[in-house]
Amino acid sequence: MSAAVETLNLSHLPLPVHLALFQDVHNAPFLRQQLISGNSDFEYALIDASMILSRSHALSAVFRAVNDSLNGRLKSRNVHSEIVYSLGATNNIADSFRKFGITDSTKNLLVVKVSVTPDITHDSVAAHLTQSIEGLPAPFTDESLSGVSDISKIKKAYKLGALSVAAVDTTNGTHAQDRKLEQSVLGAIALRGAT
Amino acid sequence: MHPETYKPPALPSPFSTTTSPPSLITQGAEAHLYKTCFLAPDTPAALKIRPAKAYRHPILDRRLTRQRILQEARCLAKSLREGVNVPAVWALDWEGQGGESGNGGAWLLMEWIDGPVMRVVFERWEKFLKRNQGSLSEEDVAGEESRVRGLMERIGRAVGGLHKSGVVHGDLTTSNLILRPFVGGSEDATTGEGEGEGSPSMEGDVVLIDFGLAAQSAQPEDRAVDLYVLERAFGSTHPKTEPFFDSVLKGYEQSYKGANVTLKRLEDVRLRGRKKSMIG
Repeated sequence: MSAAVETLNLSHLPLPVHLALFQDVHNAPFLRQQLISGNSDFEYALIDASMILSRSHALSAVFRAVNDSLNGRLKSRNVHSEIVYSLGATNNIADSFRKFGITDSTKNLLVVKVSVTPDITHDSVAAHLTQSIEGLPAPFTDESLSGVSDISKIKKAYKLGALSVAAVDTTNGTHAQDRKLEQSVLGAIALRGAT
Repeated sequence: MHPETYKPPALPSPFSTTTSPPSLITQGAEAHLYKTCFLAPDTPAALKIRPAKAYRHPILDRRLTRQRILQEARCLAKSLREGVNVPAVWALDWEGQGGESGNGGAWLLMEWIDGPVMRVVFERWEKFLKRNQGSLSEEDVAGEESRVRGLMERIGRAVGGLHKSGVVHGDLTTSNLILRPFVGGSEDATTGEGEGEGSPSMEGDVVLIDFGLAAQSAQPEDRAVDLYVLERAFGSTHPKTEPFFDSVLKGYEQSYKGANVTLKRLEDVRLRGRKKSMIG
């Protein structure tokens, strides 16, 4: 089955971004090994999709990483590792990778690739992912992401566990809660590293 | 400076190269506010840019700009986490372009809040009253007053919620409060139209904006000064609403434990003005 790669031009950014979501991934240890060994064919942001709340959540980290990259401020090896690092709320790169990066037991995987050179295209990414990832392609939508996201782990990673429930207007119910969590997470990503 | 020839300073990266350039909404002494979008063209966003100030020493300028933009972003993020209605922080650049040698230009990208500012709502209401002075029955007037009191009470609650979260605004005026219509609200409320017609809609959420002078503080003094500044703003911009300011205080009092300490302090502040120390 071919991968369902979505190619996006994020507002204000000059480089297109390719994203693909996979479920029931079987070869996570292999993929992680490629990252560790620095195989440049596998230069992707490989994200544990259970740590992602929504499209905006993932895309905000991409926005921050690409913007930092354009301004020559990368803290990690390349823009793809920076995306995983940008998801974290701390300045600890290893910690961000542990929490948000692919692990050997990852089943739901979000793959991000930035077109840093012109030869990286929708088709080249789709072709490579199709042959490299053993999993079921899923659309990169809020629905599929919310189906796999682990809210309590995400809250913990952003230290938002104590997000005051009482203060929220309960008339809108859980929808307002979700939105508030998401918006707080975006704030944490934007503010990371502020001293 | 002639407004027709004025050109705002060049936008910082990445907005300098974007295919959808932000449009200038307003400018103050410290910052320019643009309307733009975030991630996708259909997500409206507010972009606040603090351009570098050429008259300051570059090192001092960067430090001040960085401090202020971060302060603003932190206060917004904190109040949002605590459930206050404020714009969410979406992206931020406190370093400005080019680091040490760059021309500054720190920016803050926030959620766009739709709706009229309170100043406009109250101005319309005052006009409406004036226009219909003769024709309104006593009952109508009482109804109008209770609507305004209701809105002012909600403003008090919003400010109380902010203070409860440990943030003071620093510049509370009716221009820094937006009445965000409920989703699917009445036409009049959502379009902000209705100019010159009936009494303005007062439905919606009270959202606090412009945290450019905000600070994290739980001091009764700072909180009381916030209320005092708001009281003076009502008194000077909307004289007809001034008699109802006690409704703001009523809403405020109910919003958090310890509000009464602040209200007590407000009485002192009224006697001496907002400057406690006699320096500066």
